[in-house]
Amino acid sequence: MNKATASNLTAPDAAISQPDRATILPLRAENVSFDAGGKRLVDSLTFTLDDRLRTFILGSNGAGKSLTLRLCHGLLLPSTGRVVWEGAARGEDPLKRQAMVFQRPVLLRRTVAQNIDYALKQHGIHRRERPGIIDDVLGRTGLTRFAKSPARHLSGGEQQKLALARAWATRPQVLFLDEPTASLDPAATHAVENIIDTMHAEGTRIIMTTHDLAQAKRHADEVMFIYGGRLMEKTPAEEFFNTPRSGEAAAFLNGELRW
Amino acid sequence: MFKFKTMFIAAILAFSLGTAAAPHAHAADKYITVASTTSTANSGLFDFILPKFTEKTGIEVRVVAVGTGKAIKLAQNGDADVLFVHHKPSEEKFVTEGYGVKRSDVMYNDFVMVGPKSDPAGVKGTKTAAAGLKKIADANAPFASRGDNSGTNKKELELWKGAGVDPTDASNKWYSATGSGMGATLNVASGMNAYSLTDRATWLKFKNKGDLEIVLEGDPVLFNQYGIILVNPKKHPHVKVDLGQAFIDWTIGKEGQGLINEYKILGNQAFFANAQPGT
Amino acid sequence: MTDITQAFVTALQLLITFDSSLVEIVTLSMQVSLSAVALAVLIGLPLGAALALFKFPGRNGLVVFLNALMGLPPVVVGLVVYLVLSRAGPLGVLGLLFTPMAMIIAQTILVTPIVAALTRQVVADLWVEYSEQLRSLGATPASAIPALLYDARFTLVTAVLAGFGRASAEVGAVMIVGGNIDHVTRTMTTAIALEVSKGDLALALGLGIVLISLSLAINAATYSVKQRAEAAWA
Repeated sequence: MNKATASNLTAPDAAISQPDRATILPLRAENVSFDAGGKRLVDSLTFTLDDRLRTFILGSNGAGKSLTLRLCHGLLLPSTGRVVWEGAARGEDPLKRQAMVFQRPVLLRRTVAQNIDYALKQHGIHRRERPGIIDDVLGRTGLTRFAKSPARHLSGGEQQKLALARAWATRPQVLFLDEPTASLDPAATHAVENIIDTMHAEGTRIIMTTHDLAQAKRHADEVMFIYGGRLMEKTPAEEFFNTPRSGEAAAFLNGELRW
Repeated sequence: MFKFKTMFIAAILAFSLGTAAAPHAHAADKYITVASTTSTANSGLFDFILPKFTEKTGIEVRVVAVGTGKAIKLAQNGDADVLFVHHKPSEEKFVTEGYGVKRSDVMYNDFVMVGPKSDPAGVKGTKTAAAGLKKIADANAPFASRGDNSGTNKKELELWKGAGVDPTDASNKWYSATGSGMGATLNVASGMNAYSLTDRATWLKFKNKGDLEIVLEGDPVLFNQYGIILVNPKKHPHVKVDLGQAFIDWTIGKEGQGLINEYKILGNQAFFANAQPGT
Repeated sequence: MTDITQAFVTALQLLITFDSSLVEIVTLSMQVSLSAVALAVLIGLPLGAALALFKFPGRNGLVVFLNALMGLPPVVVGLVVYLVLSRAGPLGVLGLLFTPMAMIIAQTILVTPIVAALTRQVVADLWVEYSEQLRSLGATPASAIPALLYDARFTLVTAVLAGFGRASAEVGAVMIVGGNIDHVTRTMTTAIALEVSKGDLALALGLGIVLISLSLAINAATYSVKQRAEAAWA
């Protein structure tokens, strides 16, 4: 596993980790399907995701990767089947323990700090605690000097780092990422990957999609391969990249499937 | 940068809300609402006599100037304390139907017929309004009417009847009913070079005469009588009886009558006081 | 001198001498219209946002209806408000007829649909962009409304200006419910109507020029404030 390099991150005083917090994991999808426009776009997904791993969802364009993420996160309701957070306590809202970062960061027309403040407020963090948390995550993501800048004035890479900082501030147990570096240049991509690694090191479970196979090879612990809306395999990373179990996955890795 | 916006918005809110309260300062003063007509108001008579009344009594007079029909409706609804218009039949009906307490004569002025200087219908020189109107009808000369149920309009229609002509037959041909006040109708007449019937006071003050001038006047039937009535508190208990009666008494009393006669437009007396003593 | 030239001269004279009756009329016009816009914003902003975010049966019909209300004829609104506030009407006992408050009420009715309809469109468009991220952060449509309204603030300023334009330009409603009473309910537009009816077209046009200049000044000031803020934030 890659360790996060601390070169562009300030050393944290205390890790954001939740060792004694009960976890909402494992995530179990039971026969989840999603229909739209008369077509079944995701078909009978069944899998369980446990603690601590970094899962990458791979597949060609239109295979259903983004839909799978959204179904797990609760942004979409399944047409059949269900998504269960088995570790969630009765009456607990599992959404509060999750966060999502999209390919293009969606930021409010406010300052960088205010964007994070908004997320904390939605999570019910008390006003007195928020400044400290904001300073902390801005420091960890190298954005401290932008705290009072309008968020939309930041470059693409910095905006995505802000989206991550915002997610990090709420201490999610599960972080969904939908092609977070697809729009970024290599330097920004590297920085963003480091942040994700650090979050993972501190206990956040990562579920991410990407088109970048090299990126997946560098960071994945396991791979879920989706083809035609179906889950073809769920395999530990090293095994997937060397000896994939399904023919479609092999074709995909060879670049034979349509992008 | 954010401060500009906050200040700007705060300033506007403070200004508008703080002073939306101000209108209520008026409510504390003594005032009455008088429903009257646009022609009376536009003549400038009220601007002349009312300040003297307020000075003497401390009562503010708020005039709502609309067409006679509307003024009567307002008074019927109880939205005014006093009715001051110029159509005796309607006024008497107002009292007999119980909306008003008593009708008193106040003053009169007269109507005049105006028309283009070129006088295509040959109205100039006719002695009676009936004859003049008949000439206009025969010549199919353009005529602008108020058509708004006002005192002037009612007078005009009575005159047509007296001439034996039904002008509504000719609507959209030579007879145009504007449905508007005297000024708006005169604007149309001026623009169309048409004949029209107007009260003298409005005509004297009217600033858009264009090519028009007085072509007929002096027929006794053009006499225009004004009456004043207190709205009946039995129908509308909120009516300001004391203040309203004070205004009526003053208007038909020596001081009001004197001021009415004193009022001049361009050096001419516009209204002639004729309240009966003891009314 | 033609009427139009005379009008410009008159307008200039009125403005330079700070003619006291002009000041009185302008002040009342601003008070009434600004108050109406303030009320319309208070009602219309949340109403528009709610219509954008909440789905319920008949919503589309309601949206169409709201958009149509933007074209309410002022004179009809004035008539209806008169019938309600008249002593012979249901709310006559409040004694609001022929006061500035009646005028504010009538104009609020005219302006609110504009603010609400435009807000609805703006917020709906914004929600398309923001919905996933905001929901991911735990926001519900209800809790998202203030954030969306604030984020749309620059576009909403334009909606508010549209409402102000409508209020300050109309004469039909304020004439009927205000009565154009000298020193009490005479606004710029009713004063203009009065001068037209007196045939004093030059003065009427002069007043009209003053009114347009005022509107221009307000719009210019708002625009510059908005530009500066928007450059900083958008």
